[in-house]
Amino acid sequence: MSQFLQQIVNGLSLGSIYALIALGYTMVYGIIRLINFAHGDIYMVGAFVGYFAFRAGLPLPLVFFLAMAVPALFGLTIEFFAYRPLRKRNAPRIAALITAIGMSLFLENLGILIFSPDPRPFPRVFTNEPIYFAGGVTISIPQILTLAFTSVLMISLTLFIRFTRTGKAMRAVSQDAEAAQLMGVNIDRIISVTFVIGSALAGAAGVMVGILIPRIEPLMGIMPGLKAFVAAVIGGIGVIPGAMLGGMLMGMAETLVTAFISSTWRDAIAFGLLIVILLIKPSGIFGSSSRTKV
Amino acid sequence: MALLKVEDISISFGGLRAVSGFNLELKPGELVGLIGPNGAGKTTVFNILTGFYQPQEGRVIFDGKDITGLGCHKINRLGIGRTFQNIRLFNELTVLDNVKIAYQYAGRYSWRHTIFRTGSYRRSEKEIADWALSRLEIFNLDGKAGEIAKNLPYGEQRRLEIARALAGRPKLLLLDEPAAGMNPQETMELLELIKWLRKEFSLTIFLIEHDMSLVMKLCERILVLDYGMTIAEGSPEEIRNNPRVIEAYLGEEVS
Repeated sequence: MSQFLQQIVNGLSLGSIYALIALGYTMVYGIIRLINFAHGDIYMVGAFVGYFAFRAGLPLPLVFFLAMAVPALFGLTIEFFAYRPLRKRNAPRIAALITAIGMSLFLENLGILIFSPDPRPFPRVFTNEPIYFAGGVTISIPQILTLAFTSVLMISLTLFIRFTRTGKAMRAVSQDAEAAQLMGVNIDRIISVTFVIGSALAGAAGVMVGILIPRIEPLMGIMPGLKAFVAAVIGGIGVIPGAMLGGMLMGMAETLVTAFISSTWRDAIAFGLLIVILLIKPSGIFGSSSRTKV
Repeated sequence: MALLKVEDISISFGGLRAVSGFNLELKPGELVGLIGPNGAGKTTVFNILTGFYQPQEGRVIFDGKDITGLGCHKINRLGIGRTFQNIRLFNELTVLDNVKIAYQYAGRYSWRHTIFRTGSYRRSEKEIADWALSRLEIFNLDGKAGEIAKNLPYGEQRRLEIARALAGRPKLLLLDEPAAGMNPQETMELLELIKWLRKEFSLTIFLIEHDMSLVMKLCERILVLDYGMTIAEGSPEEIRNNPRVIEAYLGEEVS
């Protein structure tokens, strides 16, 4: 039993990382119906910024600030130079998707070029000494930090989307971009804001993963990016609580499978989960049935 | 001076000339109708006026300013509001939020509001909510402010669309088939509502409508579009008796 609870704790901390990345996928999809495949690499950028910031001896809050601000800038720039021109020319969606894949490859190879492909040990900022928790379950400081900071980010995001003017405009754009424009909403600005927020969240996830699993490399964004994308789809792409739940489910499934079945089956079962959920509910857990555009 | 002046606008989609050499002049306070058979290019004209399409030829001058090629949201903020043929509310937002968004974004040109507003952010939020509620009251929707827009019955969704368009405090209101799907009684109520709104908010209204009885009763002037070209313009009486219009559109049904 304690073994099971232990795995739940581990699954939650891994899942919250996936959830943070999944939020960026789902928000961007919600606004412009694009799967931004470069998003996983934005998370890598966050991890590297965190790496250098820690090595420069900056304090923790500043590290997180930089590791969110720099990826946010990346997201903003990528949107501006890669996706916006296509949108302005009414390019088909497949063109944007291919551009996103191209952007992803570009960032990965840029990372290899600048940082070399070799993995680097992330600075040990916190001791990984487990803290004993009730019933023989242990939790480490990085895990506590991850869970706490992720919760703060998710709650802030939810409040932002729900109550602020920009948040409401984001929802309006995701429901009907054209109508929103004709009601005075500047959708370019809303799209920029969406990329900034999504990328900042991915950047935060990058640092947290560095603290949690202290090993980073330029290609580290590929698998987590893919899994976070799957998580977003499981939750219902375009739906923010869906991305949170999907990420948690994904992390949990992965951890439980590793612990109780076999680590070689980990990804197979995690992706199998995706297939099962989509067979039962093709639009994802919180997804609404397909929208008709008129 | 004309509030809106449209000079020779044309647009083609592929080989189809959807709108060809369209001209229009609206004086402040006028109520003008645009009619024509399906596919005549009426909604395309609206889409050009609101900046959703860029005309390939011609200019649009609104309130003394050339707005050709300006972005949708900018044109909207200058004071052109619209509704849609197929209702396009923000379905998952509440009735109140639908109106608030239009008010907050479209209303941005009124910088005086920002400067002279006193009190905390909370208070201004409350002011906005109160204002939006008062607008909903006009449309008899204040009791449903907290409901999700998509759950409203059809007629109320139509009214909410007009309320939302007005929340941006437009000078010119474009109504795209406001009576579509309404029964005769609802249509008559709408007619009264449009007349009242125009007076109350000193609006200029340009509307597309298929319901001839509504157009004939409401509009002072009517333009008839066919294959993207204006084939007639005049008072309801003139339009009713114009042989080209009868041939193109009205057929035998004109009474």
